Order: sequence, then C-alpha cells, then structure tokens
Amino acid sequence: MLNSTLKQLSVLLAQKKLSSVELTQSCLDRVARLDPGLNAFVTIDAERSLAQARAADASIASGKAQPLTGIPLAHKDIFCAAGWRTTCGSKMLANFVSPYDAHVVEQLNAAGAVILGKTNMDEFAMGSSSETCFWGPVKNPWDRGRVPGGSSGGSAVAVAARMAPAAIGTDTGGSIRQPAAFSGICGLKPTYGVVSRYGMIAFASSLDQGGPMAKSAEDLALMLNVMAGFDARDSTSLARPTEDYTRMLDAPTEADRAKPLAGLRIGVPKEYFGDGLGSDVAAAVEAALVQFEKLGAKRVAVNLPNSGLSVPAYYVIAPAEASSNLSRFDGVRYGYRAAEYSDLADMYAKSRAQGFGAEVKRRILIGTYVLSHGYYDAYYLKAQKIRRLIAQDFVEAFKRCDLIMGPTAPSVAFGLGSMSADPVQMYLNDIYTTAANLAGLPAMSIPCGFGEGSMPVGLHLAGNYFAEARMLQVAHQYQLATDWHLRQPAGVA
Amino acid sequence: MAWETVIGIETHAQLSTVSKIFSGAATQFGAPPNVQACAVDIALPGVLPVLNRGAVERAIRFGLAVGSNINRRSVFARKNYFYPDLPKGYQISQYELPVVLGGSLSMPVGDGEKTVRLTRAHLEEDAGKSLHEDFHGMSGIDLNRAGTPLLEIVTEPDMGSAEEAVAYAKALHALVRWIGICDGNMQEGSFRCDANVSVRRPGAPLGTRCEIKNLNSFRFLEEAINYEVRRQIELLEDGGTVVQETRLYDPDRKQTRSMRSKEDAHDYRYFPDPDLLPLVISAETIEQIRSELPELPQAKRARYMREFELSAYDAGVLTSAREVADFYEDLIAALGGGYKLAASWITGELFGALKRAGLEISQSPVGSRQLAGLLQQIQKQVISGKTAKDVFDAMWNGEGEAAAIIAAKGLTQISDAGALEQIIDGVLAANPKSVEEYRAGKEKAFNALVGQAMKATRGKGNPAQINEILKKKLAG
Repeated sequence: MLNSTLKQLSVLLAQKKLSSVELTQSCLDRVARLDPGLNAFVTIDAERSLAQARAADASIASGKAQPLTGIPLAHKDIFCAAGWRTTCGSKMLANFVSPYDAHVVEQLNAAGAVILGKTNMDEFAMGSSSETCFWGPVKNPWDRGRVPGGSSGGSAVAVAARMAPAAIGTDTGGSIRQPAAFSGICGLKPTYGVVSRYGMIAFASSLDQGGPMAKSAEDLALMLNVMAGFDARDSTSLARPTEDYTRMLDAPTEADRAKPLAGLRIGVPKEYFGDGLGSDVAAAVEAALVQFEKLGAKRVAVNLPNSGLSVPAYYVIAPAEASSNLSRFDGVRYGYRAAEYSDLADMYAKSRAQGFGAEVKRRILIGTYVLSHGYYDAYYLKAQKIRRLIAQDFVEAFKRCDLIMGPTAPSVAFGLGSMSADPVQMYLNDIYTTAANLAGLPAMSIPCGFGEGSMPVGLHLAGNYFAEARMLQVAHQYQLATDWHLRQPAGVA
Repeated sequence: MAWETVIGIETHAQLSTVSKIFSGAATQFGAPPNVQACAVDIALPGVLPVLNRGAVERAIRFGLAVGSNINRRSVFARKNYFYPDLPKGYQISQYELPVVLGGSLSMPVGDGEKTVRLTRAHLEEDAGKSLHEDFHGMSGIDLNRAGTPLLEIVTEPDMGSAEEAVAYAKALHALVRWIGICDGNMQEGSFRCDANVSVRRPGAPLGTRCEIKNLNSFRFLEEAINYEVRRQIELLEDGGTVVQETRLYDPDRKQTRSMRSKEDAHDYRYFPDPDLLPLVISAETIEQIRSELPELPQAKRARYMREFELSAYDAGVLTSAREVADFYEDLIAALGGGYKLAASWITGELFGALKRAGLEISQSPVGSRQLAGLLQQIQKQVISGKTAKDVFDAMWNGEGEAAAIIAAKGLTQISDAGALEQIIDGVLAANPKSVEEYRAGKEKAFNALVGQAMKATRGKGNPAQINEILKKKLAG
C-alpha cells in the first residue's frame, strides 16, 4: 500500500477497499516507527489529521470524492496551515501557530487531502542539505550518514521512506529538485506564478515557487492540478485558464508506441557536463539520455553561456530579498523575543541574534551588504542584469530544443556535516538548479540511476514557460520504460 | 545685507480610499487600537501585498489636476528600517519611478499670484502608531493606520517665505479636497507637511537645509518656518554653519529642535518590491480619469470673474472649497441669476453665521435652496435687504422658509407708491428742520429723512422708492 501511487490509492479509496482513516493511520504509524531516525517531521498532530481523514471518508461516502480526497500529504513547514504550528525550521517561529491557510493549503484541503504533518527543512529554506534546521538535521533514508538535500529535505524523506504518499515543498534555487535527486524521488518546480505564494513564508519573493514532491511524474501531475491556480492575494500569481497537467501523460507524440517520444528534441548544454560534475552522476545522466533516445527523442547540443554566473547572481539576489523579507521577524508582534534586553535596539539585536541560526544570519548580512548605499549597483543591479542574460540564454536554447536535460546536482548526497564548514562549496551544489528560478522556468528532477555509495542520482529537466504538462509527459514515458523511480531505500522497509 | 529664504515642502496626503493600499482592512479614523489591522497589515509570515486600484486612481487624479506627467510605468520599492510600528520592517513606497512627475500649483499671495513647481508625487503606505503613555514604561503599538494609502507630494524649493509656504499648503489642501482624493482633516493627520528650509545671500548657491517634520496645521507651518529662518540667520551671522538635519517643531515652546542629523540618516536599502509588479497605467485609464475630473478651482475662479463679474476676492472665497462653490452654483441655479447678490450673501451673512456657530458650509441649517427662497423675495422687492437679514436669522433658527416667515411676521415691503407718498408727506410735515437743512445743501439731512420714512413704515418701505419719492418732493 505504501508503495502505491496516488492514482492507485485514489482507486482503493473510491472502491472503499481502504479508508482515509486507515491510510492516514498507517502513515502515522510509519512516521512513529521510522521518523525518530530520520527527523523528517517537525510537527505531527494525529488527531487533527484523523479528523480530516474522517471528513474525507464522509465525502467519499457521499460520492463527492476528488482525485486527492482522503490522501495524506506531508507539508513542508514553510506553508501556513490554520491551527498548525508553522516554524519554517526556525527557533524564531518555534511557537508560531498560523491563524490562516496558505493558498496551496486551502486548495489541498478543499480537494479533500489530509495534512499528515509538517516537515523539517533548512531554516527559512536557506540551505541545500537540511542541516540548518532548528529541529536538527534530516537524515537520508538511503544512508543515514548522508544528507537528504535541502531545503525541502523533510518532504523528500517523507516520500522516499514511504511515510507519506506525496508531499509539498518550495523551490527558490533548487530546494525541491535537489532533495528529490538526493532522496531518489520526483520533484517539480512550476513556472514562476503558477502556484500562489500566499501563505508560503517568503525567502526570496522573485524566486520562490511551491511545487509537488512524489514518487512518480504522474503523481506530480495530480498534485499540480490541485496546487496550481490564480490567486488574487498574490500579485505575481498568473491568471491563466485552468490546465489539466495529466492530459498529456499517456499521449505519445506519434502513433509509434515503441517510440513514444519521437520528435522530442532534448537540449544538452555542454556547460552542464564540465568540471565539478561527478563521473558517477555523469554516467547515470548519460544512460538516461540514451534511454530517451531509445524512446524516440533526439539529442541537440545547446549553449547556456551564462550558466556559470547563475550561482553568483542567485547568491546576490536571493539574500537581498531575504534580508528584507526576514525583517518582519523582529520579536514585536509574534515569534521569538529575547528574554532580557535593555532597550528597543537591544531587543531587536538579541531577539534576531538568538532567534536566527548561522546560515540565516549569513544570508541576511550578505543581502544587507549588497543592497547598501554604494554597493547596490555593483552587486544587486549587476545580478539583475545577469539574471536577464540567463533568461535570454534559455530563450535562445528553446528555439532549438523542447526540453533541456542534465544532472540535478553535481554529486550524489554528501555526508552529514561534510560541507558545513565551507558555505561556497555548499552553494555550488545549486549550480544546475538556480538558473530555472532566475529565469522563472519550470524544472523537475526524476530518479535516473545510482552513483557512488549506491546513492540515487537525479535527472534534471527544464522546460519553456508553462511546459509543465509536456515535461510531465516526457518524464512519465521515461518512467513507463524504467523503474528507477520505484526503487526504495532498503533500510526503511 | 539681506537674507533670502528658500523653502520646499513635502506633503503627505492620506488618500480617501475605504480600504488600505495593500490590504482589505478599513481605513476609518478613530477605531479602537488594532481592530483595523488584518493579517497583511500586521505582516504575518507568508502574507503578500495587493495594490488598491482606488489609491492609484486618486494619484492619477491629482497628477492631472496639477498638470503633471503620469508615469505609464512606475515601481514600488521597499524602504527598509526597523521600528515597532512598521510591521514588515520595510515601508512600501515609490522611489526611483514615482507615479506622478512634475506639474505645478498656482495660488494668490498678497496682490499677486505665485506658482510653485512640483517635483513629483508618489504612492506609499503609512506606518502604525507607537503609544508611549499608559503602558507602565512599555510602548503600545496601534496598527490601525499601518498600510493607509498616502500620496507624498514634493515641491521644488520655490517658496521664499512662510507666507508663500502657507499659501501653497492651503491651496494644495483645498485642491486635494476639491478633487476628492483626501478629506484634508489635519487634526486626524490626513494632511501633514514637512518643510525644507534654508537661507542664503541673494544670488548665492542654495544654503544647507533643515527639514522640519510633521507640521499638521497651517499655523505651525508658519511659526516653524519663521523660527527656523531666524535660527539659521542668527547662526550664520554669528559665524556658525547650518548642519543638515531633521528637526521637529515644538508648538508649546514655538521652537524647532534637532531630531537626527545627516550622519544618523538611515541607509534605507531601497530596492524594487518583488511582491508587486511594476504599476502599469494605460492611456485609456488616464483619459477616463481626466474626463471625470471636476472643473478645478483656478478655472472656476477665473470663470466666476469673467461670466458673473465677481470681484477677485469673492471669486476666490467662493472657490476656496468645492462645497462652497457647489453651494454657490446651486444657489444661482435656483435663482436663475443673481450672481452678485448670491455671492455677497454667501460671503457675508452665511459665512458670518457659520463662523459664529463654528459650522462648515455642509452643516449649514440654511441650505442653498432655502437661501434662494429668501433672495427671491429681495429680487421681487417683497422685502428689503435689511429685512432679509432678520428673515435669515429666523430661518437660521429653524422658523421655516423665507416666504412663510415674511407672511407670518407681516414683513412684506410697502412698494405701493400712493401709500408711500402719503407716509412721506407726513414725514416732511413733521420734520421741517431737516427739510430746510437739505435745501440749504446739507446732504446728511436727506439720510435723516429716509430714516424717518423707514421708521414710519416700520422698516417695510421699499428703500429705493422712498429715496425716489423724497428726492422728487424735496426738489418740487
């Protein structure tokens, strides 16, 4: 049951072979058994979850079931959910109980999904390893001595260890895709503006995008159908006609069933296969590309000449926005306030010094610096110009191809604590993922093999704006032909 | 050698929208603390701003009224600083690209007219309020005002005296009320001025300026500028230098005092707000708003002088506020003319009574239609202007319409020539001394005879007719 896809679970629920209460309870049991060793969840509230499950069972009984009705989902602790403690992985919000639902949470609740719990994450989504969490690091179920990636590491592990059938995460520079790759699951970051940011605690507003994390591309599509949609409360939300992201999954581009992806042009940027890429990852990605060719796709060489600038540009823009976004955490109205202070300035200083962790403080400092008088033009403005160049690279590339593929991360999951001393080395983990955020493009990661230490490798797919349905189709066809996405870690059976 | 004063003014006009600039919370003044602060206003984690179109429309209306360029694309920026009544830790404002650029405002000063150029006007949100009393050494925060829409209107340094500065502020105040974008309530903080003041020798470059913040009355504006000019001149004449700084005016001591110097100035780290898209305004929107713009006070004033032959003074008073002009126009419409009569009654009797009662024209117990009823009685010569003042007082006291009061009190004017001749014959017979004096060339005696005749009619005689008959009889 725990290996079932959302579609299979949906059928079982509809046929009343399984109730949402049973499914939810079995997930809760598994969390209780496995999570002490993995630390994927920050908050579990069984009563609240089971109440939602009972309501879901009632709506199934009355014939009002929708595809996600009754399915428990793990929520990254960055999404505000009414009545749930919402900490964003920080001491600053350790006791913050949200009075309202994020748009995404509203949509999932309205679809009858159950909140299984809130998942651990890098503090304020700042990290690539889920080690900066106030609640302690998340462990990779494939090897507990390794990180699961970040920042949506808890959500990735919840799915990888089969504690939740699927999860929701957010991606500012790769925070859905990189942990999906490290944990051997699938994750999608939609086109900027497809999923409302309302109620998603902001890290870098112009880059943040919520998205689904699941075992298969098909499940991602079912999730995105509910998560996407215009929301007037987010000025950057896009008003577009409702789209069924599952519509293309089973529709090969040509009649030849043996070559379902015939006509697909896969752009392979040479910049993605240079120095710094692990040979194990390169081999797995190459094998995947060969598999796509077998399915009828063609490889096209493309150039993304500015891709090397994406990490530097990202690490100026994201901290700049974060430094301002995190100013509201001042100890005045909610959140952590230092116990002792001498005056107002001291209250701010102590509350923020004690309430934020080291990585968050580092990024606030970087962001404050690059926005400062005299440095703004040299850093922030220049980074914005580079951002446009990067977006322009993709416009050019997509004239020659339909999708761009490459590795999601330069290596498989690294050891816990192995990069903590060197932030720049850590930031370079985002080398293949940040460009999609800077350009606002949809991108996803799917499992494509194993590398060093038998750790999963992720294949990265980036599409043109609003190409989600096509990307999901391509991934789904790959998953019909391969079984990498069905593999699960041995240690958590 | 003389000193020259240079003043520029920044005004924060609170826009009269029902809800806030980036949230749906109400903007009404005077509610209990924090009841008008929603999740967005208190900056809960995850909330986002959504621009109120009503605030944008009002900014455009202002820009069109002062002949500005409306920027087709403007940008909201974040001004970052920490303060407890600033919930997000930044204020959303417009920085590099404001919605309104340029324009000017002209107003009468003394006998002439002064034109003040505007630099820009931009949209921004107000902060909340910190309350430092009643909390046992702690501060209370009221976020009802947080997110209230403001239009900050900035002038060039075009004013040369406190008098000109006050004239500008009054004209701006009248204009924002006139076009319905701000209620202008200065006690409630809906209209506040900051004055940038410097002095220099004529012809010299601009001197170092000081900014006096938050002047919420015309009197404080005047007093603060006059104090500040004196302070700077004395400082310079004693060989000192003016330090660029922000100052506050203390109305009790009638002094400005330093609030913070330039060295303490924040680095606000402005950058475009990534939560808000650039504000794009279509040409159609601008034209739509232009077509709905009312006739502006300056144009109306000129038209009153041209079409109705009013004096500059009367035309100025009648166009001092939209409500006054509306009252005047309703009145002359009801009268079908009587431009000067209507003007003198509004600026005379009506304003006098309103002032004594401490009322605004909109609160007048005598409305334009009732006043028209009274003035018609004068036009039809049913009563004299003098009697009309008594009738007006009765109307003010709620005794009814003019015609009914005249009938009830028997105030109808005597215009019957035969009856008046008879009365005047009696007056002439009873006052031979006055008659003799008049005939001897004493003009004053004539007035005494008019007075006697009016007295004999118990004030109801038609004064023009009495004059005429008297002249005829005395000449005869």
